[in-house]
Amino acid sequence: MLRIKDLHAAINGKEILKGINLEVNPGEIHALMGQNGAGKSTLGNVLAGNPAYEVTGGSIIFNGKDLLAMKPEERANEGLFLSFQQPVEIPGVSMVNFMRAAINSRRKYRGEEPMAAGDFLKMMREKRKIVELDSKLANRSVNEGFSGGEKKRNEIFQMAMLEPTLSILDETDSGLDVDALRIVAEGFNKLRTPETSALVITHYQRLLDYLKPDVVHVLLDGRIVKTGGPQLATEIEEKGFDWIKTGLSAI
Amino acid sequence: MNSERQYKEIFTECREMIDSHSAAVLNMLREKAFEDFSRLGFPTQKVERYKYTDVASAFKPDYGLNLNRLDFSVDPYEAFRCDVPNLSTSLYFIINDAFCQKVLPPVTLPEGVIVCSLKQAAEEYPEKVSSYYGQLAHTEEDAVSALNTMFVQDGLFIYIPRNVVVERTIQVVNILRSNVDLMVNRRVLIIIEENAQARLLFCDHAADDHHFLSTQVAEVFIGENACLELYELEETHVKNSRFSNLYVDLQRYSMLRHFNVTLHNGLTRNRTDVTLSGEGAEANLYGCVTTDKQQRVDNNTLIDHRAEYCRSNQLYKYVLDDEAVGAFAGRILVREGAQHTVSEERNANLCSAGGAHMYSQPMLEIYADDVKCSHGSTVGQMNEQALFYMQQRGISREEAHMLLKFAFAGEVIDAIGLEALRDRLHYLVEKRFRGELSRCSGCKLCK
Repeated sequence: MLRIKDLHAAINGKEILKGINLEVNPGEIHALMGQNGAGKSTLGNVLAGNPAYEVTGGSIIFNGKDLLAMKPEERANEGLFLSFQQPVEIPGVSMVNFMRAAINSRRKYRGEEPMAAGDFLKMMREKRKIVELDSKLANRSVNEGFSGGEKKRNEIFQMAMLEPTLSILDETDSGLDVDALRIVAEGFNKLRTPETSALVITHYQRLLDYLKPDVVHVLLDGRIVKTGGPQLATEIEEKGFDWIKTGLSAI
Repeated sequence: MNSERQYKEIFTECREMIDSHSAAVLNMLREKAFEDFSRLGFPTQKVERYKYTDVASAFKPDYGLNLNRLDFSVDPYEAFRCDVPNLSTSLYFIINDAFCQKVLPPVTLPEGVIVCSLKQAAEEYPEKVSSYYGQLAHTEEDAVSALNTMFVQDGLFIYIPRNVVVERTIQVVNILRSNVDLMVNRRVLIIIEENAQARLLFCDHAADDHHFLSTQVAEVFIGENACLELYELEETHVKNSRFSNLYVDLQRYSMLRHFNVTLHNGLTRNRTDVTLSGEGAEANLYGCVTTDKQQRVDNNTLIDHRAEYCRSNQLYKYVLDDEAVGAFAGRILVREGAQHTVSEERNANLCSAGGAHMYSQPMLEIYADDVKCSHGSTVGQMNEQALFYMQQRGISREEAHMLLKFAFAGEVIDAIGLEALRDRLHYLVEKRFRGELSRCSGCKLCK
């Protein structure tokens, strides 16, 4: 599904990713852990095509296509979804208009007719339940005046609407209390299918307890320095990241 | 060398013709206006209120003037629809400066209400018109008002007598129509007497593919406890230059809601002077501008707080694309003794292309010591983060641009109380941003 080879990327001329290699197969959940500044969010943004980041080397193949040659909206319409660490507030654009534009862009991309208004609203209602979002949400501006938890739930709601094949969760757990975390994580699990994959960026074990990743990677200074099974996350939770660093310098 | 000369010459030569096709009340002020105009000349950009518009250049070309009142044989009812669906209005047309006598369907107005040609009103009710005409538009301090007063022969008169509430919106469609380049000088006089209420919708269109230069001076008197909603919508074309001076006087506890929407234009200069003369009066001014290409829009306001307990609120938003130039200068003057004034002014602008320019100048002058006033201005570009966020959801960059512009302008349109008009404007603004409104809409005369 996703194959990243020797990926290098920079922001404002400063190299952040220094040769990432990663392969995600259908149905797999990969966790990406690492300290602040290791390059986790950069990887998520580069995959989504954020123009603020510059790819300086390497390749990314997504569903057999050259991801780096695609515009951000094309990547999205191909099934890639990024749950933002900081969801953006868009005053004046209502959630319902925003989602309608997104859904119909996807349909247009696939050569389909726009969705009928009634079907669309029904879909909004159904998907909203997955993350227990308030019905008033539809008429509010995108993320404006949403609490931290609502913003994150709203990200998963959008994911439910768009049904991506590859989801990147960029610290979707940060700033959430236990209840909100449970709603977000359970919502995410409801959306899983054997064909969908995810890349979960997090600092903590708690989210992974719900999501049960197949593979855990540790990112350090722009490279993946350790890859293991779910037990790796538990180990990091107990010992922190320093033992990995120590281990590395010993090699 | 100077643009004034041709106007002074025409005035001197054609004075008799101008007078003979107008009314005595209007003729009375011409001489003084001529003196004022001769003394003032066209304002240079050193004149504070004309800093952002080159008036002399706009008036330099030799436009035709229809001083002999040749009738443009056009039936607006056949040629023109200014459609606001679901909004039933009392509809009138003005072709250039001539009030169209044919009114279809026939309008039944509440008793005592007058909507007619200004010339006709000045002939039929000279006392009424003369006690208001020229009282607010001071020719000694504005050359455009002076020029208008010199040449004006007709226009619109609206009178709402005491205690009358006009439920139905009065819609006046101004159409500029000519086979040659033309200058039009139109005059509007609106009197809303004590405790009366009305809602007016003025739509400005330019029907022919010629250069038009129009001056409009509107004087609006709102009596005690009266209420006026005034919507102005400009939907002309790039060859149109509009100079509109609106003067409003508000008596005790009266209220004004004014919306000025520039949807499509060439060069537009709107002066809006509101005087809060009576205690507790309230003025709300909204402006929404969408411009692109090399269009220019200059809104210049003065809110003169002269009495206690008055409120004023201004919100002007511009969306500028391509190489458009916008200007907003708003001065709030709180005079000595105008205690307990509450005044707000906000101007927000979105330059969605690198070549677009915006000049914003909010001004606050306070001579009273117990007031609450604020003013603010922002000029920004497209929010890159928001664009990326939308793209990540599959929305194309172009569509995302559209949504952001639409949302930005939407704040002003949402303030429109008249639901049908609000929906219509949302629709028109969206069409405008999609580039489907390069001319006016609904107008069969456009080639």
